[in-house]
Amino acid sequence: MNFKLRIWRQRDAKSRGKLVKYDAPDIPAQASLLEMLDIVNERLLLRGEEPIAFDSDCREGICGTCSLTVNGEAHGPDHPGAACELYMRKFRDGETIIVEPFRVKSFPVIKDLVIDRSALDRIVQAGGFISARAGSAPEANSIPIPKHDADLSMEAAACIGCGACAAACPNASAMLFTAAKVSHLALLPQGEPERTKRVVSMVQAMDAEGFGNCTNTYECEAVCPAEISASFIAKLNREYSKASLRRSAGE
Amino acid sequence: MIGNFDARTPSGPLDRKWTSHKDHSRLVSPNNRRKFEVIVVGSGLAGGSAAATLGELGYRAKCFCYQDSARRAHSIAAQGGINAAKNYQNDGDSVYRLFYDTIKGGDFRSREANVYRLAEVSSNIIDQCVAQGVPFAREYGGLLANRSFGGAQVSRTFYARGQTGQQLLLGCYQALCRQIAAGTVQMFPQTEMLDVVLVDGHAKGIVTRNLRTGKIDNVAADAIVLATGGYGNVFYLSTNARGCNVTATYRAYKKGALFANPCFTQIHPTCIPHSGDYQSKLTLMSESLRNDGRVWVPKQKEDAKKPPNEIPESDRDYYLERKYPSYGNLAPRDISSRAAKEVCDEGRGVGPGGRGVYLDFADAIKRLGEETIRERYGNLFEVYQKITGENAYQVPMRIYPAVHYTMGGLWVDYNLMSNIPGLFVIGEANFSDHGANRLGASALMQGLADGYFILPYTLPNYLAGQMGKRPSNDHAEFKKAERDIRAKIDNLLKINGKRSLDSIHRELGTLLWDKCGMARNKNGLEEALRKIPDLRERFWSRDCGIRVPGDGEDFNQSLERAGRVADFLEFAELMCLDALARDESCGAHFRDEHQTSEGEALRDDENFADVFAWEFQGNPATAGPKLHREPLHFETVHLTQRSYK
Repeated sequence: MNFKLRIWRQRDAKSRGKLVKYDAPDIPAQASLLEMLDIVNERLLLRGEEPIAFDSDCREGICGTCSLTVNGEAHGPDHPGAACELYMRKFRDGETIIVEPFRVKSFPVIKDLVIDRSALDRIVQAGGFISARAGSAPEANSIPIPKHDADLSMEAAACIGCGACAAACPNASAMLFTAAKVSHLALLPQGEPERTKRVVSMVQAMDAEGFGNCTNTYECEAVCPAEISASFIAKLNREYSKASLRRSAGE
Repeated sequence: MIGNFDARTPSGPLDRKWTSHKDHSRLVSPNNRRKFEVIVVGSGLAGGSAAATLGELGYRAKCFCYQDSARRAHSIAAQGGINAAKNYQNDGDSVYRLFYDTIKGGDFRSREANVYRLAEVSSNIIDQCVAQGVPFAREYGGLLANRSFGGAQVSRTFYARGQTGQQLLLGCYQALCRQIAAGTVQMFPQTEMLDVVLVDGHAKGIVTRNLRTGKIDNVAADAIVLATGGYGNVFYLSTNARGCNVTATYRAYKKGALFANPCFTQIHPTCIPHSGDYQSKLTLMSESLRNDGRVWVPKQKEDAKKPPNEIPESDRDYYLERKYPSYGNLAPRDISSRAAKEVCDEGRGVGPGGRGVYLDFADAIKRLGEETIRERYGNLFEVYQKITGENAYQVPMRIYPAVHYTMGGLWVDYNLMSNIPGLFVIGEANFSDHGANRLGASALMQGLADGYFILPYTLPNYLAGQMGKRPSNDHAEFKKAERDIRAKIDNLLKINGKRSLDSIHRELGTLLWDKCGMARNKNGLEEALRKIPDLRERFWSRDCGIRVPGDGEDFNQSLERAGRVADFLEFAELMCLDALARDESCGAHFRDEHQTSEGEALRDDENFADVFAWEFQGNPATAGPKLHREPLHFETVHLTQRSYK
């Protein structure tokens, strides 16, 4: 297959970037989008040009390293799935494909398509955990958890931490990411002791990183490669309201 | 040789060794722990759990990873599950049985004491993960569910859908985040370790490169823990992530750490078949699929090109069920992989190029309904459809073996310390627990066992004697290591040849897959050993070598990869040398010359019941590595011909 590409090139965080045109002829239809970029890079290299920097690691949709906006959509048009799970047979022969990094103020560009998502790590560091010292855990089956709750918790826990939710959101909100972690832990009895503190700290950290607020456009849910439901944002709001009330009541 | 080549296996009965070892190990008191700095390289299940636990204990830990976040380490991609001898199914499981299955699965090429300890702590891992909020699958009554895995006749595998590795890693990433917030662990993402620094014969620091800025740094510490995973990417195509590499362990080897059993590489039987040269990686379909899927090929090679639904039941060969009636489709990985290769070699393989076998769910769907199958494996079926465009609920999956895991790694003693004092190696990066073949769902178990429950007991035993011995990072040894690293980077940038890095790496991979893959023989290995130095020479040559654009003072992905491929090109030789020296078949190491009349691996316990540990002797062109052998002592188990019939 043959494609025309327009790819975001940016030297570093301080330089201005721009879309640059490339031709990508003779691409196998079974190749993934990232493999197409590999082929383009190999050709650029042999021509003596600098290859396009882009991030990927597992290339099977689970590590969350991919951070590409393809034709204006986070992770491209084949939802649900990360950009590494996007295959060229999904495009028309001769199509122009525009590849940019995720566009979020809190994810500054490092180079070309590579961005800095450490803001998401800092939200988890603010409280996205259960304090359980190695060695002090009770016998695993001493805490029965209804299957429904465990399954629901797993649905939230499936988040791959890619940040596509924030990239797709018109407000650059990371609410879906934060909601997924808060819900994963709040749905389990083990998460109960730190439930109040967790949600308040994580929401504060999210705000401090400069992410916007949720106005229920559901773009996040539409692009999420892990199919995290936006209903978890409603849960986050409930958790946050309850926690704030408890706090203001001095509990 | 630097340090000590002594396994330090405790004496006493097998089931008392670990307890008594812990009882007699030295401790570091809580007040003194903050005086020690420990470097952990890698943030996967082993490194992440180790760094978090050491931080929690009060040590000051520094954790390094090449990914942009600790949560992206490749443990995240493990699908199927984690073994533990909980016996929740009341089906006869026990610590002894998990130990026995693991040592037998490894074809009797691992240490009894290490494997027994692994089985012993397996239950604590499940407790710990549940306490952290890992959402394992549960039954309707609210208790934990289990599934079966290859190489066992009990159901002892805990799982979280097809994303067990992800959930366990997030559990340990969250524990790590808690320590980062508490200030006990300092995290260095996008930072690659390029060398180990020895001071007075002890590992006391590392040289790193910040991948984002290109800055080279020297970091001193009281002890170093390598948790840098396996070297499957030496084959170019594998199920590993693109970034997985041998650099940390190989450079430690070049500093004097022994590399053990490098030829023990696991080929996983159930991966999506290779489809073309452009391909950058292979995708695993979890072994758990073999619980419900049936593996077959046509009986006649003439039928291999027919669509599967046109091949009647009577013309299908369910070869695993036929050859191994008691384990059937759940035969261990090495055996299943070789069986697939055999039927494809006979011309009965299916799909493009004839390198594939069917994994068929039709019977399971008939028996359990599509909904149940979707619940168990839904995400795997989706992945399969994304990649191949086929719906496996309607047509059988096509699978073929692919490189997946490496049992070999740096040699360690019972304390998980290499021969270099102060250099500890955990998880897939060490060689210790899986012998010549790892059983499914045991990698996650080993990574977390090492990080949560073994290293935190064995590291203090070393540290207790090291108070106040941490050198400054401007010690001459650091300066020298830094100079060497800078020179190496400059050399890579100076080649300025005409070839792309991937093309040379692919060439190496193809050579290894052919000559040192699922089956090996003397001639093939000798051929590989002739060709690898030639390939290496071409890599470095000005005329036909690789081209690395840009400079070292910047974010430069080509440069990162070039350094890793340069190490693979040296390491590949060590792997083939080991495969040639091990003149027997065992587990995943199958030498054509040594097989039973039924085509199974034929061990030679008299001559090869040893660990092969290789010592670097300088330039491979002038001095080959030196072999040290550690005899394996079996006090409890009886060495038998592995039979899964």
